[in-house]
Amino acid sequence: MATLEVKNLHVSVDVEDGKKEILRGVDLTVKSGETHAIMGPNGSGKSTLAYSIAGHPKYTVTDGTVLLDGVDVLGMTVDERARAGLFLAMQYPVEVPGVSVSNFLRTAKTALDGEAPKLRTWIRDVNDAMDKVAMDRDFATRNVNEGFSGGEKKRHEIVQLELLNPKFAILDETDSGLDIDALRVVSEGVNRFRSQGDRAVLLITHYTRILRYIQPDYVHVFVGGRIAEEGGSELAERLEAEGYDKYVRVDA
Amino acid sequence: MSSTNVGGAVESSGKVASHLHPVGSFDVGDHPVPTGREEIWRFTPLKRLRQLHGDAAFEPSKTECSWTAPAGVTIEAVNGEQARALRGISGFVPNDRTSARVIAEVPSTLLVDVPAGIELSEPIVVTLNGTDSGITEAAHIALRFGAHSRAMVILVHEGASSMAQVVEVSVGDGANTSVLSIQDWAREAVHLSYQEALVGRDARYRHVAVSFGGDVVRMNANVRYAGPGGEAELLGLYFVDAGQHIEHRLFIDHNAPHTKSNAIYKGGLQGQGAHSVWVGDVLIRKVAEGIETFETNRNLVLTDGCRADSVPNLEIETGEIVGAGHASATGRFDDEQLFYLQSRGVTSDEARRLVVHGFFADIIKKIKVPDIEARLLAAVESELAQTVGSNPSSGVLT
Ligand SMILES: Nc1ncnc2c1ncn2[C@@H]1O[C@H](COP(=O)(O)OP(=O)(O)OP(=O)(O)O)[C@@H](O)[C@H]1O
Ligand SMILES: [Mg+2]
Repeated sequence: MATLEVKNLHVSVDVEDGKKEILRGVDLTVKSGETHAIMGPNGSGKSTLAYSIAGHPKYTVTDGTVLLDGVDVLGMTVDERARAGLFLAMQYPVEVPGVSVSNFLRTAKTALDGEAPKLRTWIRDVNDAMDKVAMDRDFATRNVNEGFSGGEKKRHEIVQLELLNPKFAILDETDSGLDIDALRVVSEGVNRFRSQGDRAVLLITHYTRILRYIQPDYVHVFVGGRIAEEGGSELAERLEAEGYDKYVRVDA
Repeated sequence: MSSTNVGGAVESSGKVASHLHPVGSFDVGDHPVPTGREEIWRFTPLKRLRQLHGDAAFEPSKTECSWTAPAGVTIEAVNGEQARALRGISGFVPNDRTSARVIAEVPSTLLVDVPAGIELSEPIVVTLNGTDSGITEAAHIALRFGAHSRAMVILVHEGASSMAQVVEVSVGDGANTSVLSIQDWAREAVHLSYQEALVGRDARYRHVAVSFGGDVVRMNANVRYAGPGGEAELLGLYFVDAGQHIEHRLFIDHNAPHTKSNAIYKGGLQGQGAHSVWVGDVLIRKVAEGIETFETNRNLVLTDGCRADSVPNLEIETGEIVGAGHASATGRFDDEQLFYLQSRGVTSDEARRLVVHGFFADIIKKIKVPDIEARLLAAVESELAQTVGSNPSSGVLT
């Protein structure tokens, strides 16, 4: 049983004339076995929350804490957070020229496990993971995300989820830009991950369609850098019907 | 002349005064000792050249020369009349005092003779191992590739020397020739090298410069064409450490129609005072219709205190060409790439290593010689060990 606790998180980014506060006191507790959906309008700070938990250097935490099983995450380097069990599937996965997918995956696996995976089973695992999200095996020899289509990048993130098997997965709009078939295979990937029982998922999305495949236990409405309302999966349906209007007005 | 400051490195580009039409001469007296203000010398730290740019005596060589020659290939040091006859076989006419002195004063020539029609599967390796950087010396090397031959020469420079060198390459019609020059010098070496090639009709010439060691390495890699249809590929890889000056100057003279050239140079810089210079001069003469040329230089700056000068320079005298272009970029580690790798558990050192390997990967693949590939990867690795790994806080960007 593991718990990720975000308490009163305030985060700023550097802008030309000083700092701009984006997260304004986020409180969120995610326990293993749970799936939380975060929905909210563009620019409300959802990705900022995801990046801040993962430790992106662009974001400065000005107040609050993030604890993983009581241990301070904010004091850890980015890679330490990953080794502690956090994983972020990015909204815009990064291209890394000259580094092949297979080298990247093996390096990451080795870093997380503290030892290199056994070659024979590893190749099979990689092939299986790619097959499951209908990614051509040729992608293994291509450079990380270079020239991948939007949907291919997202599927590649799920391949990593499958192979690296973290404790906590934050999925930032992994469903955006996916066609119907890709949405299904990606959702299946997330559900396989969840079905291990002791894994936690924080799913950032704009669309209820993915929530029909991946049933969330909780839905959070994210507006103006904080959580404006929380509820069960029925909240997602209501948001779809009513939009964020009432929250935005309250927030203003 | 414009100059942009990228992460502590300076990249200069834009129009420079044309220096692509010098009148060469074999007469040493026609070439004054450079002052450092000349366009072609302005980047070079003359003070560190041990007067090789001026009138340092060329002393008896203390550089050990060894080679492996596959059957059919002749390699020998020749003297006197025979040596003189090889001066200028690449069409080389000196444009400065140093190279004019090498041509005029060096008594012998190392000749690598690849007969016409021969196809070699193994490279010819010539190793120059300098044993004394305290003396100033000079060398003339002639690489003659017969028509329709297929061969590769690897010229390895190691140890220490203060050397002025002219390497003349004659690529016969229809030949397929590669010349790799590896500058793996000890830290104190000084090397002024003029590598000039004359590319025959429909021939292919590949020149690869790999520069890691030395205090000052300044290489000219030049190409001219003896007839139409020739293709030249100029590749370069360099890694410059604190205090080192590594300069590559390309001159591709499209003096014949339907010729092609492609240049790709990539460099890494690290440490206080690391200075790289890349000058890519391309001249497309009036007769050179239907040619195609592209040149690229990219620098990856790993720490503060480095300077990368990058000057692509294209002079076009005819509009009747297929294409001509250049690209030049100098940048630091990409934070987003490092973040992405680290977010997968990879330590920051390992992430940097991956990114640097990735940066050089395409050029190393292009070089395509398995032995060399391993050697290059090992060299990149040992260079990286200096900033990445042992002590990540020592001036490495975060
Ligand atoms: N460097 C920056 N300078 C100014 N504003 C910034 C900077 N970086 C982020 N922001 C702002 O922070 C806000 C939150 O951005 P974030 O990416 O977290 O939003 P989001 O909720 O993920 O939006 P979306 O649904 O469009 O993905 C946005 O208004 C964005 O413009
Ligand atoms: Mg976002």
